[in-house]
Amino acid sequence: MSQLLTNYYEAASVILFGIGFMNLLLQNNLIKKFIGLNIMDTATYLFLAAKGYVFGRIAPILTNGIIDAEYYINPIPAGLVLTGIVVSVSVTAFSLALVLRLYKHYGTLNMDEILRMVREEEGE
Amino acid sequence: MSENKSFWAKLKSWIDGDEVIINADEYISTRERKDKVIGENMLGEKHAPAEKLRANSTLYRVLSVGITVCFIVVMLGVVMDLPMFGDPGSITNNEVAARYLEKGIEETGAINFVAGMILDYRAFDTFGESNVLFMAVVAVLMLLQRDKKNVSAVEDKEMAEDEVFDGQDSKIILQKGAKVLAPIVILYGIYVVLNGHLSPGGGFSGGSIIGAGLILFSAANGHKKMQTFFTVKTLTKISVACLLTYCGCKSYSFFTGANHVGWEIPKGTPGDLLSSGFILPLNICVGLVVACTMYGFYALFTKGEI
Amino acid sequence: MEHHHLNLVHNIPFFSIFFAMFCGIITPLIKNGRVARYVHGTMVAIVGVLSAVLLVNVVQNGEAFTFMMGHFPAPWGNELRIGPLEALLAVLISVVMFLTITAGSEQLFKEIVPEKQNFYFIMLNATFGAMLAMTYTNDLFTAYVFIEILTIASCTLILARGTKQAIVGTTHYLVFGCVGSGLFLLGVCILYGITGHLLFPQIKETIAMLMTTGEFHFPLMFVVTLMFVGLGIKSALFPFHSALPTAYGSTMTTSNGILSGLVLKAYIILAIKLCLEVFTLETLVELKIADIMFVLGVLGMVMGSVYAVHEGRMKRMLAYSSVAQIGYIFMGIGLGSVAGMIATIFHVFAHAATKSMLFICCGSFIEDADGKEQLENLKGAAHRNPLAGIAFTVGALSMIGVPLFAGFISKLYFAIAAIEMTGMRMVLVLGALAISMILNAMYFLPSVIAIWSKPKDEFKKTQISPLFAVAMVLFIVVNFVLGIGYRPIVEVMEMGIELMQMVL
Repeated sequence: MSQLLTNYYEAASVILFGIGFMNLLLQNNLIKKFIGLNIMDTATYLFLAAKGYVFGRIAPILTNGIIDAEYYINPIPAGLVLTGIVVSVSVTAFSLALVLRLYKHYGTLNMDEILRMVREEEGE
Repeated sequence: MSENKSFWAKLKSWIDGDEVIINADEYISTRERKDKVIGENMLGEKHAPAEKLRANSTLYRVLSVGITVCFIVVMLGVVMDLPMFGDPGSITNNEVAARYLEKGIEETGAINFVAGMILDYRAFDTFGESNVLFMAVVAVLMLLQRDKKNVSAVEDKEMAEDEVFDGQDSKIILQKGAKVLAPIVILYGIYVVLNGHLSPGGGFSGGSIIGAGLILFSAANGHKKMQTFFTVKTLTKISVACLLTYCGCKSYSFFTGANHVGWEIPKGTPGDLLSSGFILPLNICVGLVVACTMYGFYALFTKGEI
Repeated sequence: MEHHHLNLVHNIPFFSIFFAMFCGIITPLIKNGRVARYVHGTMVAIVGVLSAVLLVNVVQNGEAFTFMMGHFPAPWGNELRIGPLEALLAVLISVVMFLTITAGSEQLFKEIVPEKQNFYFIMLNATFGAMLAMTYTNDLFTAYVFIEILTIASCTLILARGTKQAIVGTTHYLVFGCVGSGLFLLGVCILYGITGHLLFPQIKETIAMLMTTGEFHFPLMFVVTLMFVGLGIKSALFPFHSALPTAYGSTMTTSNGILSGLVLKAYIILAIKLCLEVFTLETLVELKIADIMFVLGVLGMVMGSVYAVHEGRMKRMLAYSSVAQIGYIFMGIGLGSVAGMIATIFHVFAHAATKSMLFICCGSFIEDADGKEQLENLKGAAHRNPLAGIAFTVGALSMIGVPLFAGFISKLYFAIAAIEMTGMRMVLVLGALAISMILNAMYFLPSVIAIWSKPKDEFKKTQISPLFAVAMVLFIVVNFVLGIGYRPIVEVMEMGIELMQMVL
C-alpha cells in the first residue's frame, strides 16, 4: 500500500484512465464519449511524464553548461508525450468532425437514438 | 422550479455537464417536447421494444461499472509493482537516456535535449506524427467541406443568418483587441518555433500559438477577410511544401546515416539560432503545418470551408 | 568498427515507406481522381517489384538485417528490421492492394464527389505506407504512431462515400479503434517503465532477464494482455467485433477489400512480430496469455460463422466471415508453437488474397442489382457477370477449405499444428476446425448456389471492364498459387520465423 502512496502520480493516472473508460462506456452523448477517450489518452501521458521524473533533477535543457546525465531528468518520456499529444489532437479533431456530420444527418448526439434511427431505416 | 432541485440532482447535472443556464428546467422541458414530436413522427408505434432495451441497458451499466472497477483495481496492483516514482536508479534511467543527455549536444547540436531526441535520434516517429496531423486535416476536409452530399437547407439558412450577424454586430472590443493581440500572438508563436532547439517549445507548440493568432484574427474580422489571403489552396500548398521538405530532409539523413555515406550537415555552434543541422528547418516545417491545420480545423468546424 | 559497404537492396524497405508517404503528400496537388489513381497504382507496383527483389535477395542470403533510420544505432535511434518474412508480407500487401484497387476503382469514381476523389487516394497511399511501416518496424513507439495513421486513414476510407450509414459505421469503427490504440499505448508506456527500452531486441533481452529473476512478473503479464487486447480490438477479434459489420455494410467495395484483406492483417502482423521478436512464444505460454488468445480465437471461429449463417445481406455475411477467420488467426497464435505460427501466417496470406476478391465480386453483384444486397435479390448475378461469378465461387471454395485452394492449405497446417499438441487442445482445435468448416459451407454454398441459379426475369450482361477482368484473373491465379505451390512459400515463412526468433 505504501508503494501506492509513493507512486501516487501513476496511481492517479491509472484511476483517470478508468474514469475515461467508464465515460466512454456509459455516456450516451457522443461528445462526452469522445471526451472520455481524451481523458484516457491524457491519463496515459500523465503516466509517462511521471515515469520520466527523477527527484532533484531539472528539465532536460542545457543549464549552466553542465553536461551530465545525473543532472537532468529522462528526456525520452517527454518526447513520447509530445508525439502522443499531436496524435490525440488529430484523432480528436477527426472524431468531432464525425460527430458534427452525424448531428447534421440525425439531429441528435445521442448514440442510442442514432442507432435506433439507423435500425428503423434499415427495417423499411 | 429550479430552486426545488435537490443538491444531489444539481451536483449530478453539474458532473454530467448538462445545461447550467438559468431556468434550465424550463428550457429542457420545452426542448424535450419538441424532440418527442419528432420521435413520434419518425418512430410511429414501434415503442414496444423500449422496455426490453431499458432492461438491457441496466445490465449494460452494471457490467460496465464492474469491468471498469476491476480494471482500475488490477491497474493499481500493477502500479504497486512498478519502480518507485522519481527513483534515480530506476530501469528507465539507462544508457539510452544517458547518451541523449551526455552526447546529445555533440551529436545533434540542440541544447534542448528533447528536441534533439525527437527530431534527430527518433526522427522517424516524428515524421509519422506530422503525417498523422496531415491525415487528420485531410479527413476533416473530406467530412466537413461542403459538397453535394453534405448540404442542407437548414444549414444554408443558418449560414446566411450568421453572415448577417457578422455584418451587423459591432464587435468593437474584439476587433480592437485582435488588432493589437493577433500580431503579438503570431510573433510569439514564431519565436517559439525558431527557438525550438534552444528552449522549451518547438514546431508543435509554436505552430499551435500561430494557429491561435490566425483564429483570433478570423474571429474578429470575419471569415471573408481571412479568405483574401488564406484559402484551402494556401493551406494545401503550405502543408504539402512543408511535408515534402520534411520528407526530403529526413530521407537524406536516413539514407546517408544508414549507408554510412558521410556528408553530414554541419551542426554549427550549440546555442546559436542557426545551429543543430536539420532541427531548425524541421521545426519551421512542423510549425507551419500545425498552424495551418489548427486554423483549418477552426474554419471547417465553423463554416464548412476554409 | 566493421566495414560497411553500400548495399542498395537494403534501402528498399526505407524507400518503400517514404515513397508511399511521398505519394500521399503530393496527391492533394493532383485535382483529377483518375490521375491520382495512376500515381497510386504506379507507386504500389514499383514497391511490389522492389519488395520481390528484396525477398529474393534475403532468401538467397538466408539473412535478416536491421536498417538504421538516421545516424544512430539500435538502442538510441529508430530502426527497421527486414527478414524473409517481412519481405514476403510486403509483397503480399503490394499485390493485394494493387489488384483490389485495379478491380474496384470504377465504383469510386461514381460514389465519391469529384472534388474529393483525390483525398481517397491520399488515404490509400497513407494506408499502404503505414502497413509497410508496421511490417518493417523494429520499434514499439513507431508502431504506435503508424497504428494511429492507419486508424485515421482506414476510417476515412469507410466514410468516403459520404452517406449517413457510412458516417455511423465510421463512428463505431473509430470508437473501437481508439480504445484499441489507447490500450496499446498504455501497454507501451508500462512496458517502457519496466524495461527502459522501446526497440524490440533490447526489450526482448530485458524481458528474458526479468523472466529469470521473476521481477515485475505481474506488470509484465498485464502489459502483454493490454497490448494483445488492444491489437485484438483493432483487428476485430470475437467479443470486440461489433463495429465490423456496420462499417463494412455501409461502405464501398474497394474500402471493404482493403480493410478486411489488409488493414486488419496489419494489426495481426504486428501482433505476430511482437510474439516472435519481443515476447517470445515461451514467455507467452508461461504467462498464460497464449491460453486467452486461444480461447478467444476458438470462440471467434465458431461465433463468427454462426452470425454469418444468420445474416441475409451479403456484405455483412462476408464481414462476419472475416470475424471467424480472425478467430483462426488468434487461435493459431494461441497454440504457442512454431507450427501454429506458420499456420497463422499462411492463413493471413490465404485470407488476404481471398477476402479482397470476395468483396470485389460481391460489390459488383450488388451494383448490378441496383444496390440491393439481400441474397434473394442477387439470384442469377453470376449469369450477368460470369467472371465475377467464377471468382466468387473460387473464393467461397477457398474459404470453405476445399483442396487446391488457398484456404485448404492453412486449415491443413492448423490441423498439423494441433496434432503436435496434446489432450484438450488438440481435441478443441480439431473440433473447432470441423465445426467452422461445416458452418463456412453452410453460408457460402447457399450464396454460390443463389448467384448461379437461373434468374427469374430477363437480364442483360454487365459490361466487364478490361481492368476488372485482368485483376480478377490475377486474383484467381494468386489463390491457386497459394493453394498448389505453397511449399516454397511455407519454406520462406519457416526461415523467416527462425530468423525472427534469434536475437540479432
